[in-house]
Amino acid sequence: MTPRSHSAIRLSLMALVVTLAMPALAGDQVVGQAKKAFTVGVLKAKVGDTITFRNDDEFAHNVFSLSDAQSFDLGSYKKGEVRTVKLTAPGVIEVECAIHPEMKMKIEVAK
Amino acid sequence: MRQKSFSQRISLPLVLLFGFLFIAAAVAAERDPWLRPEVAPAPPENQLNPARINLGQLLFFDPRLSRKMTMSCASCHNPSLGWSDGLPTAVGFDMHTLARATPTIVNTSFNPIQMWDGRKSTLEDQATGPIEAAGEMNLPLPELIERLKSIPGYASKFEAAYPGMGITAVTVARGLASFERTVLSTESPFDRWRKGDEKAVSASAKHGFELFQDKAKCAVCHMGYNFTDNGFHNIGLKTEGTPDVGRFAQRPLKSMRGAFKTPTLRDIGLTAPYMRNGSYKTLMEVVEHYDRGGDDKENLDINMVPLSLTAAEKADLVAFLESLTGVPPDIRVVSLPQ
Repeated sequence: MTPRSHSAIRLSLMALVVTLAMPALAGDQVVGQAKKAFTVGVLKAKVGDTITFRNDDEFAHNVFSLSDAQSFDLGSYKKGEVRTVKLTAPGVIEVECAIHPEMKMKIEVAK
Repeated sequence: MRQKSFSQRISLPLVLLFGFLFIAAAVAAERDPWLRPEVAPAPPENQLNPARINLGQLLFFDPRLSRKMTMSCASCHNPSLGWSDGLPTAVGFDMHTLARATPTIVNTSFNPIQMWDGRKSTLEDQATGPIEAAGEMNLPLPELIERLKSIPGYASKFEAAYPGMGITAVTVARGLASFERTVLSTESPFDRWRKGDEKAVSASAKHGFELFQDKAKCAVCHMGYNFTDNGFHNIGLKTEGTPDVGRFAQRPLKSMRGAFKTPTLRDIGLTAPYMRNGSYKTLMEVVEHYDRGGDDKENLDINMVPLSLTAAEKADLVAFLESLTGVPPDIRVVSLPQ
């Protein structure tokens, strides 16, 4: 194996580690729902950001939060459809799917 | 000796690590998602052992866990009736009929959420609920503990199962949960077919399984080896009297009004009548319900749509469902501590 290929492997591994460790960046963002799971575990965002929840599964999901920081119910919707929520207050929003309670994620909302 | 570079030192372990992860992923990917794991998961603080299972079995079959000493857990979760009761809805304290059917406890140890409305998460959380419930066994836990402490034969059973922890609500719950983790579905004709025995099920059942996953959309909710998404759906059952709000009592969201947890289909041939209110006596009636897309359309789950199944397709679905029933193991009748 050449030194160049060693470097390429190291860079790839570093990129993988950074990708896995890095929370999603702030801004208007998309969270998928695939294989009965949210594609993001913890999302960092700011008040005023818009989060779009996209359903990539073959069956319906119902994203909601009953958190003190902000509560919302996006209702049931099918594959390919999206629902959005605008973040209105700082704090931690615990998000779940009403239909599939195993699906959980958090949005950490900064001012 | 030539000094190895950093990349040389790190490459071999990394190659081994990723090789292992790749193989592990490949093995995991090859596991048939429709075949149940051998062992039910248990929390670290309540790992299974024979003493715990034995204690749990004694408690499960002991009618002294109810106020009037007339009902045990097995009165409703009867192993002779598919760990259910054969009734449309359960009969509780003083023979009062309850609103919901007794769910089987087969494979419930694999479920991350318990009860028709999901109000309990773990088996340990769930285990003492029916004992306390006024409509069910109706025995407050402090009275239960005093009663169990007054039975000399239980002391050694608790000590063997949970050394030094005594007879408490926690050890009662853990013992019951341990026994419930041994209540598992047995190998069904469907399982034997999935393992390669082409003659284990009929051609009709095989076609029924295709329909189950495709045209009939059953696997949208009844997915995986336990045939449940552990989710909540309003499937449009006809209701009489005050509607049962189901999951809405736990999660006050529109879609949860009238929604109930998807039950397992394992051993379904043993657990008639069907549905959370016991409204259908046969599997064909169940299939007909889904073919109609449900009856009560108010707040119906959006996955529920008319299916336009032919008579032959309905028969194939029933043949498939019947193939999910194994041979129930013989349960030993235990002598209760005195």
